[in-house]
Amino acid sequence: MDETTSYAAATGALSTIWLLIALPLLGAAVLLLSGRRLDRTAPVIGTAVVAVTFALSVFYVVTLAGQDNRSVSVDLFSFIPVGSLQVDAGLLLDPLSAVFILLITGVGGLIHLYSIGYMHNDPGARRFFGYLNLFVAAMLLLVLGNSFVALYVGWEGVGLASYLLIAFWYTRPNAATAAKKAFIMNRVGDVGLALAIFLMFATLGSTSYAEVLGGADALTGGTATALALLLLLGACGKSGQFPLQAWLPDAMEGPTPVSALIHAATMVTAGVYLIARSAPIYNLTETGRTVVAIVGAVTLLIGCVAGCAKDDIKRVLAWSTVSQIGYMFLAVGLGPAGYAVGILHLLTHGFFKAGLFLGAGSVMHGMHDEVDMRKYGALAKRMKITFATFTLGYLALIGFPFLSGFYSKDLIIEAAFDKGGTSGWLLGGAALLGAGLTAFYMTRLMLMTFFGEARWSKGVEPHESPTVMTAPMIVLAFGSVFAGFLLVNVFPLESWLEPVFGPRPEVDHVIEPIVVTLLVTAFVALGIAAAWVFVGRREVARTAPVSVSAVVRAARANLYGDAVNESVFMRPGQWLTRALVYVDNKGVDGAVNGVAALMGGSSARLGRAQNGFVRSYALGMLGGSILVVAALLAVRFG
Amino acid sequence: MSTLLLVTLLLPLVGGVVVAALPTDRLQLAKQLTLGLSLVVLVLTLVMAVRFDTGGERFQYVSSYTWIADFGVRFALGVDGIAVVLIALIGVLVPVVVAASWNDEPPRRPHERAVDREHAAGADRPVARGMHSMKAFFAWLLVLETMMIGVFAATDVFLFYVFFEVMLVPMYFLIGSFGGPRRQYAAVKFFLYSLLGGLIMLASVIGLFVVSQSQLGQGTFAFDALRQLEITPGTQKLLFLGFFIAFAIKAPLVPFHTWLPDAGAEAPIGGAVLLVGVLDKVGTFGFLRYCLPLFPDASRFFAPFALVLSVVGIVYAALLAMGQSDMKRLIAYTSIAHFGFIGLGIFAFTTQAGTGAVLYMVNHGISTGALFLIVGVLINRGGSRLIGDYGGMARITPLLGGAFLIAGLSSLALPGTNSFVSEFLVLIGSFGTQPVFAIIATAGIILAALYILLMYQRTMHGPDNLSNPRLRTARDLDKRELATIGPLIALIIVLGVYPKPLLDIITPAVEATMVDLGATDPAPTVAEEAGS
Repeated sequence: MDETTSYAAATGALSTIWLLIALPLLGAAVLLLSGRRLDRTAPVIGTAVVAVTFALSVFYVVTLAGQDNRSVSVDLFSFIPVGSLQVDAGLLLDPLSAVFILLITGVGGLIHLYSIGYMHNDPGARRFFGYLNLFVAAMLLLVLGNSFVALYVGWEGVGLASYLLIAFWYTRPNAATAAKKAFIMNRVGDVGLALAIFLMFATLGSTSYAEVLGGADALTGGTATALALLLLLGACGKSGQFPLQAWLPDAMEGPTPVSALIHAATMVTAGVYLIARSAPIYNLTETGRTVVAIVGAVTLLIGCVAGCAKDDIKRVLAWSTVSQIGYMFLAVGLGPAGYAVGILHLLTHGFFKAGLFLGAGSVMHGMHDEVDMRKYGALAKRMKITFATFTLGYLALIGFPFLSGFYSKDLIIEAAFDKGGTSGWLLGGAALLGAGLTAFYMTRLMLMTFFGEARWSKGVEPHESPTVMTAPMIVLAFGSVFAGFLLVNVFPLESWLEPVFGPRPEVDHVIEPIVVTLLVTAFVALGIAAAWVFVGRREVARTAPVSVSAVVRAARANLYGDAVNESVFMRPGQWLTRALVYVDNKGVDGAVNGVAALMGGSSARLGRAQNGFVRSYALGMLGGSILVVAALLAVRFG
Repeated sequence: MSTLLLVTLLLPLVGGVVVAALPTDRLQLAKQLTLGLSLVVLVLTLVMAVRFDTGGERFQYVSSYTWIADFGVRFALGVDGIAVVLIALIGVLVPVVVAASWNDEPPRRPHERAVDREHAAGADRPVARGMHSMKAFFAWLLVLETMMIGVFAATDVFLFYVFFEVMLVPMYFLIGSFGGPRRQYAAVKFFLYSLLGGLIMLASVIGLFVVSQSQLGQGTFAFDALRQLEITPGTQKLLFLGFFIAFAIKAPLVPFHTWLPDAGAEAPIGGAVLLVGVLDKVGTFGFLRYCLPLFPDASRFFAPFALVLSVVGIVYAALLAMGQSDMKRLIAYTSIAHFGFIGLGIFAFTTQAGTGAVLYMVNHGISTGALFLIVGVLINRGGSRLIGDYGGMARITPLLGGAFLIAGLSSLALPGTNSFVSEFLVLIGSFGTQPVFAIIATAGIILAALYILLMYQRTMHGPDNLSNPRLRTARDLDKRELATIGPLIALIIVLGVYPKPLLDIITPAVEATMVDLGATDPAPTVAEEAGS
């Protein structure tokens, strides 16, 4: 594993990669501090900053590709030096972080561009672009940091940006509450990540990738498993995975471009990055990997089931994101057989899910911010570009042959079966079932939105969005179609990532790949057919039917995840808080006052002390000490 | 001998006397003089910190004068890396407090008891005089500054004790004369609590003198001589407790904490900043400066006890903070939780945790100071301390909202803010020696996020609160308020990104303390296995 963790010091142009973080950070500072003067130009400034950052990223990655050692590290300054703990602020550009910076700045730039149109009439546009720039800077720090502490700083930075953007329309109580919920549930995960970092320092004496990942082989099995599980807790919080999935759908209260960038394409995949980055640790622990894979499989099914029952277009896409990240967790939980495949799915998902969210935003834009699909219908003719790009994203997501999702999802399902044994069958089966369910809920979404009868509310006149919005959608649609093919056959991602993850082990296939492909295609076809039978053939009611089966009720309630959180944590917490306030005021404080009153004989006498005794005593003390000091000074200097 | 520290110490006291002697109608001059002097002191404290030789003597800028020769008491001053950063914190906070209190009015006093009315000599007189004029407020501030610097700068234990006690007096008057409706109750509670702790400490101070007399032949209070003593473990335990209780009340640790929410809530904003930002740090400073080096055996013996109190405080006070409806009380409770982190850092006995604890003291002074000032502005606009009387303020007063958010994020130790560095050091340092306590404390960061974001959401987010008509016309931060809060916000960010200069000053002093204590940092376990 040594070749995976030897980083060369960056030279020449690559020693300036800190610009990638500094530029958007500067953009955020300028936009947020400038005041009203920049209100009108803010969208252009914010977008230009990210566009330049993207151009720089391309330049750096091309430079990196021309080098023999494709892992270069830059130490910027000493961040926290205390005795044996030496935390440096430093960056690492290697094949893994390279693909992320391209994704973040590329998709990020497109979404900035789209936002110029989407946020056109919003009085807070300057603040919006400032926060978006802040997010890009923090996300780049997260993936470029060369130590777990640098990652943690970026990790919390994107959490802050996510909080600010979910609460962007903060006068709406729902948005404010959703933002707080996201932050708190992320903090639960952060405890895991923080403890993992502490454990690394206690065992290996460092927090840098070079020493932790390079020295991981010396860890005992128990420590490696503990680290793996703690890191997984952090990853679950950030990526909305079971049991910390409940915040992600609520995060849809934020503006739609935010959902596309942060809560679909980039930030929520940071958990996958964390696990992939920590591959040398996960390679040591079968238990750790299995738990990751199980979490992924469970979450992907939860996401599918909840997604089937939602009528809010953004919530369907949000649960779909939860589910697709579940696929990525499943993949990286398979170890060396799955790391690269998981990252592949992360990239293709970044394209098609961002495209789908932007499409949903375009639909909402034309429908007076309506999100209820029961009030859509027949939009295909009114919004031709949106329909076309959305359809390509849809096909990519469900894994239509030779589109992006087809390549990446197929490989994950294949790798899951190839794990072998009962667990292989279970994981593969879950992933296969998920593919069918995905086809169902996405086809349902398509049918309810673009086909059938128009069920629009009065006064709504759907119209296509302006070019500044449709252009990014078209670019992302191209990505949805071709990214998979390109990353598998033209610029093979797997061999690009080999310096990070090592070569993919040769395995005997449990099921032949062609059979897996046929099975997946069959499940997808079944899902589409079911959607046609249940949704497409019938008329869609404008209000959701009330008398539904227990399964649908459970799916609508997100499988009772929120109910569990509320009854196990929130309400007992509130009771406890109230009880403690009472105890502290009456009990602890009362006891103290009681003793004081006893000593004073009665509370009346204590009252008198308030105005006489204490004050004069205090003054006496002061006077006395001033005299003493004065006398001293007189003696010394007199 | 260096007179820099001595001058820094005495300048505010002299200024305070001058301000007090000014005629009552020269309030403007009194303010200008106070601000000017506090800025001079700021420069002096910064010069001291910048010129502090990190590789040099443990105590620098030392000066020593015979005081009470018969008892070996000396007026001895000097600062180590711990004291010098805390004194710089005082230097920063006092001018900020002066500027923040610039337009304050003395509280109206119609409802107070007859005794006070006699003192005030005619309740309907428009200008408050004597003890209750704003001139007195500024004079007390300067006097307090000298006391605060003295308590950190004393290298003679008796001198430390004197400053420790006398410091109460100006603060008593700041709370009792210029505070909120229940100021008298809060001031007396604060005074009695602290006095009680101080008296217990006095017994231990005398005990130390007796021990030194029997061992050295001649009694002394000099810190450097006392830490060379070989005190039997039994005696150590007794003497330790005297100091510990005094400091645990001051800091305060649960269950000695109930005076702080009252004092913090009733004190005028400027007083609250100095009370929670600096005065309480004397307690945690005392643990580190006196308990650990003087009584190493007893410190190890009582460490589990101190750790339990600290960690209970982190969780208990955080839960209580969540349940508060009064913003100033809420911040006071968050401070108790933060003192728990500092206590954990001190009694974990590692260089990282100890350094983190000291940095935490500085950072907490900055971020809680900022929070108090911001809440003070909010109260000024909305006329209420209750969270429920606000809502939607981010729209009405965006600058105030932004400042509140940054100070709040610092309080919950978000990376990129100053508090992250100190909390990270405390936790990573204590994880090596006290993993169980460290894990519980780490879980406490969830609670910190809750109490800050709940308060932020309820005051700043949501629709406008129509039940409070004053909010609709509320002004955003004005220039003076920006000039007071702005520097603290800037420090929050700067020290969050580049804490190295402070760490370089603090670390050697903490390392020296660990040597006194006989504690060594745990080595990485993997390296240990490889070595054996």
